[in-house]
Amino acid sequence: MLILECPCCGVKGEETEFAPGGEAHLKRFGPGSSEDDFHAYLFEKENPRGVHFERWRHANGCGKWFHAARDTLTLEVFGTYPAQTAEPPKDIRDKIAARRPGWRWREFS
Amino acid sequence: MSTRLGSGGRLLRRDRRIGFSFNGKRLSGMEGDTLASALLANDQMMVGRSFKYHRPRGIVASGAEEPNALFNMGAGARFEPNQRATTTELFEGLEVQSQNHWPSLEFDIGAINSKLARFLPAGFYYKTFMAPRSFWKHVYEPFIRQSAGLGRVPKDRDEDRYEHFYAFFDVVVIGGGTAGLTAALAAGEAGARVLVMEQTPHWGGRAPVDGGEVAGAPVDKFVDESVAALEAMGNVTLRRRMMGVGVYDHGYVLGYEQVRDHAPGTPGPRHRLWRIRAGQVVTATGAIERPLSFAGNDVPGVMLASAVRDYAVDYGVSAGDRTVVVTNNDDAYRTAITLKNLGLEVPVILDARAAGGGALMEEARGLGIRVETGKAVARVRGGRRVEGVAVCAQAGEGAVLEEIRCDAVAMSGGWSPVVHLWSHCGGKLIWDEAHAHFRPDVDKSPTGADGKPFVIPAGAANGALDLASGLTDAHAAGRAAAAATGHKPGGKAAAPEAAPAPEAPMAAVWLMPQGAKVQLRMKAWLDYQNDVKVSDIQLAAREGYASVEHAKRYTTLGMATDQGKLSNINGLAILSDALGQPIPQTGTTTFRPPYTPISMASIAGQARGALFQPLRRTPMHDWHEANGADFEPVGQWRRPYTFRRGQESREEAVHREIGQVRGSLGLLDASTLGKLVVRGPDAGRFLDMLYTNMMSTLKPGRCRYGLMCSENGFLTDDGVVVRLDEDTFLCHTTTGGAESVHGHMEEWLQTEWWDWKVHVANVTEQYAQVGVAGPNARKVLEKLTDDDISAEALSFMGFKEITIAGIPARVFRISFTGELSFELAVAAGRGRALWDALMEAGAEFGVMPYGTEAMHVMRAEKGFIMIGDETDGTVIPQDLGLGWAISKKKADYIGKRAQERTHMTDPNRWKLVGLETLDGGVLPDGAYATARGVNANGQRNVQGRVTSTYHSPTLGRGIAMGLVLNGPDRMGEVLEFPRVDGTVMKAKIVDQVFYDKDGEKQNV
Repeated sequence: MLILECPCCGVKGEETEFAPGGEAHLKRFGPGSSEDDFHAYLFEKENPRGVHFERWRHANGCGKWFHAARDTLTLEVFGTYPAQTAEPPKDIRDKIAARRPGWRWREFS
Repeated sequence: MSTRLGSGGRLLRRDRRIGFSFNGKRLSGMEGDTLASALLANDQMMVGRSFKYHRPRGIVASGAEEPNALFNMGAGARFEPNQRATTTELFEGLEVQSQNHWPSLEFDIGAINSKLARFLPAGFYYKTFMAPRSFWKHVYEPFIRQSAGLGRVPKDRDEDRYEHFYAFFDVVVIGGGTAGLTAALAAGEAGARVLVMEQTPHWGGRAPVDGGEVAGAPVDKFVDESVAALEAMGNVTLRRRMMGVGVYDHGYVLGYEQVRDHAPGTPGPRHRLWRIRAGQVVTATGAIERPLSFAGNDVPGVMLASAVRDYAVDYGVSAGDRTVVVTNNDDAYRTAITLKNLGLEVPVILDARAAGGGALMEEARGLGIRVETGKAVARVRGGRRVEGVAVCAQAGEGAVLEEIRCDAVAMSGGWSPVVHLWSHCGGKLIWDEAHAHFRPDVDKSPTGADGKPFVIPAGAANGALDLASGLTDAHAAGRAAAAATGHKPGGKAAAPEAAPAPEAPMAAVWLMPQGAKVQLRMKAWLDYQNDVKVSDIQLAAREGYASVEHAKRYTTLGMATDQGKLSNINGLAILSDALGQPIPQTGTTTFRPPYTPISMASIAGQARGALFQPLRRTPMHDWHEANGADFEPVGQWRRPYTFRRGQESREEAVHREIGQVRGSLGLLDASTLGKLVVRGPDAGRFLDMLYTNMMSTLKPGRCRYGLMCSENGFLTDDGVVVRLDEDTFLCHTTTGGAESVHGHMEEWLQTEWWDWKVHVANVTEQYAQVGVAGPNARKVLEKLTDDDISAEALSFMGFKEITIAGIPARVFRISFTGELSFELAVAAGRGRALWDALMEAGAEFGVMPYGTEAMHVMRAEKGFIMIGDETDGTVIPQDLGLGWAISKKKADYIGKRAQERTHMTDPNRWKLVGLETLDGGVLPDGAYATARGVNANGQRNVQGRVTSTYHSPTLGRGIAMGLVLNGPDRMGEVLEFPRVDGTVMKAKIVDQVFYDKDGEKQNV
């Protein structure tokens, strides 16, 4: 069971306090998008062994969604940050670079 | 003969006799005994039959690794199967029965399997139970059910109490042997908050039996002093009878405390599951002795050398008068020496090493014990107990050199560190050639949230098998754990010093003798509990099971309740040899929690019965309860299914309620409906994205039925949306959907459209809601209000704020029954007052409450869909003829793009229709309409299925809705629906609105 820190209310909580919400930083494709783009948006998710960005909700707490950057292999948590962003903030990316030089995740590095 | 010795028994209180029963036989033991030691004291050598071949089996070990001595224990509400005798403390009145035999332990029909052993090799089940198909039901399954499974399933409800503990410590030390105590002292002295758990009732682990000296005094004294020092520390918690179940992510540890197992019936919880967060975990879990693989190593009386020593020293029990010791290391000599010193006979020590042992061997020889080096056991003589051993050369193929009579065999194949807890969360292992075992690779430890290691192995669990190096290792582990949790190591800088006890190197012996022929290998057991032999693993390797994980599953090696504690290393060594590769290349199978099985009840804890989950009650719940409500669970709510009167059946009650609503007046407690307030300048825009309909055009004071889909396009929820004012909408959801729809809204608002000015509040429990339905609905309301609720002032799908019975209320003119209907929402605290007022005012109309079933039938008569009946996560609104509720003007809504995908626009999707049975009966729920021909599996093709089906008392016949291929274009066609009894029901495709097609009843 992971321990995560909610960036909204600052609480460090047990995994049972949070609800997972899949991959972070998805770009929504709606009407007018191509079949391929829409298919990729719905079904083609990252499944890395290593650095990953995920959505979580502080479901049994403040109710806010946030993002977590963590390593799926070692379970190291590089940081959490509010969901209202289209890309991982610089301080998180720097922290990952310090721990995992040369990391890549989708278009981010 | 195993027997109780005249004196000795470190853990016994010889003056206290304890009575217990085994297979109905009254036996007697002593306080301090385990069930296993008491059985041996009573010469109960044979304790069960093996799983597959039903071979007689005896006690092998003295601890948690015991594979054979598993019993059905207790009776009635305290009955439990698979209880391990070696870890069960004896108590007065203990009752056990042995398992896996019929009709009796001594005479067992299944033992014939042993004679057929050559026909029951590895993978037997996979190879034999293949075809023909029909044999599964009548031959294979009954056979497997008869033979599978150890123990019986409890029949009665467990009467004991179980609880969960939540605990937080800097350092959790698992294991209370000399290593664990030393690590705990080092961490405790540094000021860390420490928990030490020990699975047995005794501190000190093996050390008091094995002997040795610490700081010039016997090791027992060191253990006592360490425990006393720890008890004196305020920052240290000590727990015995508590096992480390597993180590999980980020320092999460489960501890299983058997609080009252040794004293059943005394007050308090029986088991306690500790849910612990630890900064650092020290695994001081010791080591387990390995058996040797020789023919007949499963005959009752063949035991681990350490266990023979334990029973003698701890319980004053001898496994036999004449015990042959067979070993590949020095440690087993301690057993021979112990037995000899107790006055028992050790006819010979067979040491597989050509060079023999070191100082311990000399000591044994000094006592007059015969030592044969380079020798092995060719086979054990005897069936239900050991009668002798045939001796051979370890280097040979098993030619018998000598027969030696004995009644017990003490074997030792070396020691394996208990690495389970280290490995649970990703700790890696390295192969230690010198000791022929895997031990933790301390450079590859499990890491926590900060990416730093959080598990430190200590003592024998880290491969430091001897007392002196174990103490040094554990002391360092304790200090490191304290430092890692921010404590400055204090106290003694040096580890406690033990007198060195040098031993000669052990030699890896995986098969005895090394060239054993197949006749011997077929009788050399690896896994006692699952009956896996050396020959089975070799067969698996020949058949291509080169991966240790595959070989494990194919042969079931290590898959029994002991999880291969004795068998895994021996098995993978045999596999490596068969594959011609080094052991590290074969690797181990995955270690998974729990370390040993824990009770299901401890996992449930207090979450049973009424405490399983919270019960949600509407403000009218008590009234329902007092008035004959027949409740059904709807999510966490209890809703009245119907209100029965007198001797009425459920069905009669439902029909009465429907008749009353259709004829006059009925009341429904609709408080459980989800109520979400969506407010803000962008609320309309937001709801346009959430619903398939256009909500932004809804006028204040009006209601609109809306559909909500997932991004996949599937219909997920429905309900009436009310525009309360320009900026405020009230969205009704299904009873079960309130929380999930609220979550859905929050998700999109927070993660996609976070700049939109909208907020959402779930006010489901803030309002009581009452549906007032029937031709007399307006009349009863007019008795209670002065506000104008006429058809003109409050038209169908209108909303208004009124005062009724003196209570401020929102009234919505919506109808789920098809009758003239008003839904009244009042503050939850006034719900009961409103209900009482309506019941009183409605008396002249014969008012009755109606339940969910009447509501369901009436909605089906009207052809209204129900989320969860007509939908199942694969149905889109277009399938249900709800195109009218899907806006064509909107550029976007959640699910719109998905509904344009080819599969969603396929004209052959099954569509909603009504179904009218030809004989007036009721179609079975979920029944399929068959079509011509069969599919690839030989099953009938289908062309539709029933989604809702009821007897309609209004129409006096069965009605149903269903999804049917091209259904709406096939009106009047008759479909066939087979029933489980083989008969077929016929039903005609009709419009799904069975009652008042034009809505004249509701629109008055």
